[in-house]
Amino acid sequence: MSEFLQQLLNGLSLGAIYALIALGYTMVYGVLRFINFAHSDVFMVGAFIGYYLGKLVPENIVWGGLVVLLAAMLGCALLGMIIERLAYRPLRGAATLNVLITAIGVSLLLEYSGQVFFGATPRTFPAVFPSGNYSFGSLVISSNQILVIVVAALLMVALQLIVYRTKIGTAMRAVSLNPKAAQLVGVNNDVVISFTFGLGSALAGAGGILYALNYPSIDPLMGVMPGLKAFVAAVLGGIGNIPGAALGGLLLGTVETFVNGSQWSTYKDAIAFAILIIILLFRPAGLLGKFTVEKV
Amino acid sequence: MKSPAPLRRLATLASVAAASLLALTAQAAETIKVGEFACLTGKDATFGQSQHKGIVLALEELNAAGGVLGRKIELIAEDNQSKSGESATVAKKLISRDKVVAILGEVTSGRTLEVAPLAQAAKIPLIASGATNPAVTQKGDYVFRVCFIDDFQGTVMAKFALADLKAKKVATLTSVSSAYSVGLAKFFKETFVAGGGTIVAEQKFSEGDKDFKAQLTAIKAANVDAIFVPGYYQEAALVARQARSLGINIPLFGGDGWESEQLLKIGGEALNGTYYSTHFTPENKEPAVATFVTKFKARWKNETPDAYAALGYDALYILVDAIKRSGVTEGPKLRDAIASTKNFSGASGITTLDKDRNASKPATIIAVKGSKLQFHKTVAP
Repeated sequence: MSEFLQQLLNGLSLGAIYALIALGYTMVYGVLRFINFAHSDVFMVGAFIGYYLGKLVPENIVWGGLVVLLAAMLGCALLGMIIERLAYRPLRGAATLNVLITAIGVSLLLEYSGQVFFGATPRTFPAVFPSGNYSFGSLVISSNQILVIVVAALLMVALQLIVYRTKIGTAMRAVSLNPKAAQLVGVNNDVVISFTFGLGSALAGAGGILYALNYPSIDPLMGVMPGLKAFVAAVLGGIGNIPGAALGGLLLGTVETFVNGSQWSTYKDAIAFAILIIILLFRPAGLLGKFTVEKV
Repeated sequence: MKSPAPLRRLATLASVAAASLLALTAQAAETIKVGEFACLTGKDATFGQSQHKGIVLALEELNAAGGVLGRKIELIAEDNQSKSGESATVAKKLISRDKVVAILGEVTSGRTLEVAPLAQAAKIPLIASGATNPAVTQKGDYVFRVCFIDDFQGTVMAKFALADLKAKKVATLTSVSSAYSVGLAKFFKETFVAGGGTIVAEQKFSEGDKDFKAQLTAIKAANVDAIFVPGYYQEAALVARQARSLGINIPLFGGDGWESEQLLKIGGEALNGTYYSTHFTPENKEPAVATFVTKFKARWKNETPDAYAALGYDALYILVDAIKRSGVTEGPKLRDAIASTKNFSGASGITTLDKDRNASKPATIIAVKGSKLQFHKTVAP
C-alpha cells in the first residue's frame, strides 16, 4: 500500500510537469489550430535561463528560487512572442501544413543553436530552492516534489482565472471560437495571439525550471522527450481544452510511473502510447474534448 | 582552333595549381594518418573529451620524438555526438576518404560495436579505449581493446558486493538500451548468484531517462542490502539523488561508466557511500602512471586525468609500438604486431593482449566518501 501511494506521488509530480508543458500546446492549438513544436525547446531555454541566473542568486533561498522561476517565465514569454512574431505571423492565413513545418524548423533551430551557445555537454542545474525530505510513515516526499505540484497547481488555477475571468481571456476565447467574428467586434487578433504565445511559453519556462530542479542535468536536447510526452498528454485530454491538458498530463505521468515500477518497465513508452491510441479510438476528441461534426 | 591568350594563361595557371596540389598530397601522404572517433559532444562528452586529450598528449609526445618509421603521425578526430548511428558514418569517412591506417575509440561498447564490423571488413585495425562489452572484439581479428572486459568487471563487483559490502540481497537497475549495461548486469548476476547472493529485483530503464523514482520505489519495497547500477555517470548520479530523496540510504555501486568528473557535480552529497570499478586511478604510485599524471596535468591546465584519458593515451602508444616493431603501417603484419603486444607498460598499467585481443588488467575500486573520490582497492585478474 505504501509503495502504491509512493508511486502515485512520484507519478503526480512527474505528471504535473507534463501538464504544465501540455497547457502551452493546447492553448496555442485552441487559438490558432496548429501544434507549436518549438514549445518543447522553449521549455529547454527556460531551464538554461535558470541555470545561468541560478549562479547569480544565492543558493537554497526561497526568494532566490522565486526570482529564478519568474525570470525564466518572463524570458520564455518573450521568446515565445518573438517566435510568433517572426516565424508564425507572416504565415497567418496560410495552409496549416506550412505553419506546422515552420514550427518543426523553429524547434530544430532552437535545439541546435542551443548546442552552439550553451554547448552540447550536460550541465548541472544549481539547487536554487532549499530542498529537504519529509517522511510520513514509510512515505517519503521531497520538497522539490511538493514544489512541483504546488507551483503547477497555482499556475493552472491562475491560467483558468485569466482565461475565464479577464478581458484578455474573453478575447482569447473569442478568437478561438471564430477569429473573423472576433475581429469584427473589435478584438485585436495579433495582440491576443501574441499574448497566448507569451502565456503558454511562460508555463513552459516554469516547467523547465521545475523539471531541472528534479532532474538536475540539463542539455540542449532535454526538451525533446518531455515535449513529446506533453504533446501526447494534450491530445489525450482533448487538444484545445485547458483542463483536459492538465488531466492528460497527470494521467500520463502516473501511468508511466506505475509501468516503470513494474516488471514491464522496458515497455513504458509503448504502453503510454498504446493507451493514447485506445482512448482516441473510443473518444476521438480526447478525454474532455468535444467532438464537433464539420459542416459542409 | 587556337584558344585566346587569357584562356591559355588560365589553363597554365590551373595546371600549376594542380601540380602543386599533387605535391602537397604527396607530402601529406608521408604522415601516418590515424583516425579517432569519440563522443566529443552530447551526453557522454566527458568520456570522449578525456579519451581525446589522452590521445592528443600521446600524439604530441610521439611527434616531438620524431614520429615513427621517420614519419610524423597525423590524428584525424571525428565526433559522433554521443548518438547511435553517427559512429558508423564517421568511421566510413575515416576509412574511405581519409584512408587512415588504424582507428582508435570508443569509450562505450554500443558505439564501438557499430564501427567494429566496418574496420574488420576494411582490414583496418580498431583499438577500442574503453569498450568493455565482450562482443566488441568478437567482431573480428582486426578489433582490439586496451581495457578489461565486463566478464571480469562484473565478477569483481559481485565479489566486492559479497565480501566488502556483505550484501546478500541486491537489486539491479539496468539500462536496457545499452549493450554495456545489459552485459555488465548479466556477468554480475552470474557471479553474485554463484557466490550465494540473490538478486531480488531487476529494474530497467532506457537511455535518456531521467526519472528513476518509480523503479527505486519498487526496489525500496523489496528491502535490499545494496543496488547495482551498471549505467553511465549521468544516470548513476541522478539515480543516487533520487534514491536518497526517497530515503534509500543503502550503498549503490556500478562500473567504469561512472568514471567522470561530472559524476560528483550532478550527484553531489547523494553519492556518499557509493562505489565503482574502473581502469585507473591517478593515486596509483607506479612510475609509468605517475609520469603520465604529471605530463597530463602540464598539458591540460592542471586537469587530473581519468581512466579514459589513460586508455586513449595507451591506445595510440600501443598502435605506434606495433608499427615500430612490424615496420609497416598496414595489412596482416601490423595486425599481428598489435596482437602480440606483451607487457606494454603504459598510463593505465601493464597491458598484454590475450588471444581474444582483450587486455587483461587489474580493476580499481573507487569509493565516494564525503563528496570525494577515494581509492578503495585494486583487484588483479
